[in-house]
Amino acid sequence: MTTSDSLEALLRGAAPRSTAPPPGLVEAAAAAQLLDIAYGELDSPVGRLLLAATPAGLVRLAYLDAGDEEAILADLAARVSPRMLAAPRKLDGARRELDEYFAGRRRRFELALDWRLVGAFARRVLSATIAIPYGSVSTYLEVAGAAGSPRGSRAAGNALGSNPLPIVIPCHRVLRSGGALGGYTGGLDRKRALLAIERGQSPLM
Amino acid sequence: MRLPPFQSLLDAHGADVHRFLIASVGPVDADDCYQETWLAALRAYPRLRDASNLRGWLFTIAHRKVIDLVRVRARAPTPVQQPPEPTGAAAAAVGDGDADGELWAQVAALPDKQRTALALRFVADCAYAEIAAVMAISEAAARRNVHEGLTRLRKDRSA
Repeated sequence: MTTSDSLEALLRGAAPRSTAPPPGLVEAAAAAQLLDIAYGELDSPVGRLLLAATPAGLVRLAYLDAGDEEAILADLAARVSPRMLAAPRKLDGARRELDEYFAGRRRRFELALDWRLVGAFARRVLSATIAIPYGSVSTYLEVAGAAGSPRGSRAAGNALGSNPLPIVIPCHRVLRSGGALGGYTGGLDRKRALLAIERGQSPLM
Repeated sequence: MRLPPFQSLLDAHGADVHRFLIASVGPVDADDCYQETWLAALRAYPRLRDASNLRGWLFTIAHRKVIDLVRVRARAPTPVQQPPEPTGAAAAAVGDGDADGELWAQVAALPDKQRTALALRFVADCAYAEIAAVMAISEAAARRNVHEGLTRLRKDRSA
């Protein structure tokens, strides 16, 4: 005679185990146009990076310092779409170009960019930034001028500081007029490291 | 409405939803139901008004997929040689052929509501209020379904 409690315990104990969930959800979601953001990570010489792409292109690149991944993903969910899946394979192209860049074998990114997180003024500033050639530097004032706001070096600094696609949009190439480093979204060590890579030096951090 | 990234739902509840589906429809159909459940959830997600019970919402969708499958199976022609019993939706054994699997195979042969209630209760660890919400029945009816399922199971096992 089985008592009620022991049958319940048997049921719990014998419940189907959690086998690996079937694969293929990412592809099915993408095919049904239900995958608004695919994201993945990349280990780089300047630390772990988060990459996120919409069907239009790379929408976010972020330095992952301890514990901020969740906040970055939540921000993307709120600003773009909560339909987000970890889908590292969808970032293979971006990852390949970044790997080449860090190895000193790529001077120009060709991957598609999604500019939706960038406002109109910031877009002018960041477009001017993309035009700074690999291995050279510019100043906040020059970038502001190129963006049509010759006295707006502070505004240009703000736009660069909120660059959602650092490295790919090379805001690390923008320095203060006197040659001082200025600021950087990932910290000045990373700015130095990226500039070193572009001078053909080892990116010691 | 601030909704968390969809991946966090998958991370938190994916395995439980999968186990619930295995218990409900058997391991073969569970994979299809699983994908359909998550695609339906992904489709509806941005329009979701209330994010306070995402787990309940997901199990509601999974339960709906189980009902859809049961209907499809009922319409499908039955091969002549197939034994008439069990008549439940999930005739397939859910375990790996050991005594444990046998117990859940008996659950699989229960009437739909009893099987679903037991799967929610003992696989997904749902409270009765949650079972009621997922199955769109009263809490009393949820308790009754679990109780009747257990009683029937006990009878089957002592037979």
